[in-house]
Amino acid sequence: MIIPEDEAELADVVAGADAPFAVRGGSTRGVPTHDRILSASGLRGISLYEPGALTIVVGAGTPAAEVEEALAGENQRLAFEPMDHRGLLGSTGEPTIGGVIAANVSGPRRVQAGAARDFLLGVRFVDGMGRVIRNGGRVMKNVTGYDLARLMAGSWGTLGVLTEVSLKVLPRAETQASLRIHGLDAARAVRAMAAALGSPFEVTGAAYAPGGDGHEVLIRVEGFADSVRYRLGRLADALGRFGEVELIAEEDISARIWRQLRDVAPFHGRPGDVWRLSVKPSEAPGLAARIGADEVLFDWGGGLIWALVPPGTDLRARAGRFDGHATLIRADDETRTRLGMFHPEPAPVAELSRGLRERFDPRGIFNPGLMGSPAEG
Amino acid sequence: MQMPQPDPRILARKERIAERLRAVLPADAVIEDEAETRAYECDALTAYRCPPLLAVLPASTQEVSDILRICHEEGVPVVPRGSGTSLAGGALPTADSVILGVARMNEVLEVDYDNRFIRVQSGRTNLSVTGAVEEEGFFYAPDPSSQLACAIAGNIAMNSGGAHCLKYGVTTNNLLGVTMVLMDGTVVEIGGAHMDAGGLDLLGVICGSEGQLGVVTEATLRILHKPEGARPVLIGFDSNEVAGACVSDIIRAGVLPVAIEFMDRPCIEATEAFAHAGYPMCEALLIVEVEGSPEEIDFQLGRIKDIARRHDPVELREARDEEEAARIWLGRKSAFGAMGQINDYMCLDGTIPVSELPYVLRRIGEMSKHYGLAVGNVFHAGDGNMHPLILFDANKPGDLETCEEFGAEILKLCVEVGGCLTGEHGVGVEKRDLMLHQYSREDLEAQMAVKDVFDPGWLLNPAKVFPLSVTEGRRSAPVAAE
Repeated sequence: MIIPEDEAELADVVAGADAPFAVRGGSTRGVPTHDRILSASGLRGISLYEPGALTIVVGAGTPAAEVEEALAGENQRLAFEPMDHRGLLGSTGEPTIGGVIAANVSGPRRVQAGAARDFLLGVRFVDGMGRVIRNGGRVMKNVTGYDLARLMAGSWGTLGVLTEVSLKVLPRAETQASLRIHGLDAARAVRAMAAALGSPFEVTGAAYAPGGDGHEVLIRVEGFADSVRYRLGRLADALGRFGEVELIAEEDISARIWRQLRDVAPFHGRPGDVWRLSVKPSEAPGLAARIGADEVLFDWGGGLIWALVPPGTDLRARAGRFDGHATLIRADDETRTRLGMFHPEPAPVAELSRGLRERFDPRGIFNPGLMGSPAEG
Repeated sequence: MQMPQPDPRILARKERIAERLRAVLPADAVIEDEAETRAYECDALTAYRCPPLLAVLPASTQEVSDILRICHEEGVPVVPRGSGTSLAGGALPTADSVILGVARMNEVLEVDYDNRFIRVQSGRTNLSVTGAVEEEGFFYAPDPSSQLACAIAGNIAMNSGGAHCLKYGVTTNNLLGVTMVLMDGTVVEIGGAHMDAGGLDLLGVICGSEGQLGVVTEATLRILHKPEGARPVLIGFDSNEVAGACVSDIIRAGVLPVAIEFMDRPCIEATEAFAHAGYPMCEALLIVEVEGSPEEIDFQLGRIKDIARRHDPVELREARDEEEAARIWLGRKSAFGAMGQINDYMCLDGTIPVSELPYVLRRIGEMSKHYGLAVGNVFHAGDGNMHPLILFDANKPGDLETCEEFGAEILKLCVEVGGCLTGEHGVGVEKRDLMLHQYSREDLEAQMAVKDVFDPGWLLNPAKVFPLSVTEGRRSAPVAAE
């Protein structure tokens, strides 16, 4: 494993490389590693934090927990609520902020606040030739030139190695509380969540998860205490037609529930492959029925389906055509190689993606084969 | 400001190119008469004008694809145009280019309240997107001040913002998918009604690419339910420093207003004379707006007023009803018009870290004396996006050049303090030659590599965004066909 201590050293390592690297942060996100690892975990530290400007600039290898802790000290947070994959994947190691961005990891609040990529203000990275590239900056509004920062988010290290990220942060909510509705089938659950998300009451979580003796709908509201109480009251009235609405008023309990949903805790320790589908919410119930999973969990009002299926299942074949994509999150190497982690793209889009990888990493040394077709690797 | 010399080989083939385009478009969709192409000679950056070779007004994705395929085969540059409201010259043609206007493509294709999106043709205006969903209580959040006229196509090209992006984000945060035609005529679908990109986030790099990667013909946009209500408070201060500190304290207190607008004295004076909004005469004025139910609004404004009082405001005025709210906004919304009454003006668009506000305003004041041109500042203070308005006289020889020089110095200052050249208007031709002040040659190479992939022949809007000296080799590649 190569762990450069600063950006210049990392750039030298890449420029002088004669074989591919597995580009990693904390190695917690479940990408299999057969090549030698190039780790960004040595690029640590918060170089700038201006709470009054809602801005933080950090080395990509900084543990995500360290960033969260610094923000909590000023009553702020990463609004996109990145999940921790360790429980789901059984991985060890320390999740890094660079890994969060490179994998565009967002949690339940994504449905209201936006994804990791939406909070990215700027990046520094080393491209496949060992050049240090800067894009964006540290201000909230910036349309100066092309937005490579967003391109880097979710590129899983295939276009470059992130060395520094600037993020927009938000105030931490004073408190939170939730509603729970039991006994809904998937179709009614998605309609109930749509009603909540389509209200003016700023719902920051809408999930349908295993609980009780079936599945339950969970709706979260955050903010100042009086406001949370008021909005949950209005939501409870509006959702009464779907079933009996239970109030989870206690902040700690609500927070624990959403932490578990964020990390897909209902799947922890259960055997089988795990898939993640990004879909049009109203299509979630039909899709969930088609894939015949052992267990499903809907987040984002149905826009995100977590599915637990028997090992080796080709979930994409079962799902057929749909508006969205399916990512293989947990499986053995044989299944990963056979099915690929990422959803195949239509030919012209795949061609653009391949072109970008070729331009940013002409020698194909960053996570080869991870995002393109296996043949390309 | 320089534009590339028109290619005489293209000018000589005007008739043949027009003929080929007429073969795939309705007769009235190809404009070649010189009196009529003049309508496309500039956008809202009116200081620069050049009629295009031709203008075409397609009505469908298929027609856009046919046009681009033909222009690709003919090696003709294409300049996409939404409503022509760009303040950066994003839609400025060259004499050898075809203007592709999307104004006829303005249909709503699909509205889906359960999944909270709307799909429209890209020529639809920003405000009429909200217009299509407001009966059900929904709206489209990005609200550039040209929203009555500007097209979604242009919003996507420039990644437009607005006054409310502190809470709702800019275009890229509200764009779910596009149908886009590449320069060779290939139609690609990227994103859709689902929330996250599958592979690489191509949507993210398309948004804000200033019409250089493809022509967006359809867009899927996120819609939100309107808040129950909104109300502003007006706070006056006797110094810019104190106003800046107040902004920072409001943000730190955990209240997240939807808008924090800032005006300085020259701007307040001009606005008062023009719109009579009843603003206090002071050094700096903030308009802070919050949303929610009446009780929630009271609570948030209460906190904001508490913070403001600690900074000894000279004025603290809360809107008690709709009419008072409208009066508070009246001056801000008439600010540009008011400055325009005094003289011609140039509107800048740099962004700075909020903490640098007092320093930057002081420096702008000093530069104003040096250049002998007055300047007023309107500012989205919550996100650091400044709009200095420099007054000049277009009829006075040399005044425009002095104004441009002054403007460039302000933008360099924005970069120097950790900000950027443009927060929401785009680079276009206006800030093109300043790009090397913000980015290194290699940073720009990485950006241009994206265009190399989407438009290898550099035919789409080729003379924008990057300094001409930097793009020279790419733009002068041999013409594809004779």
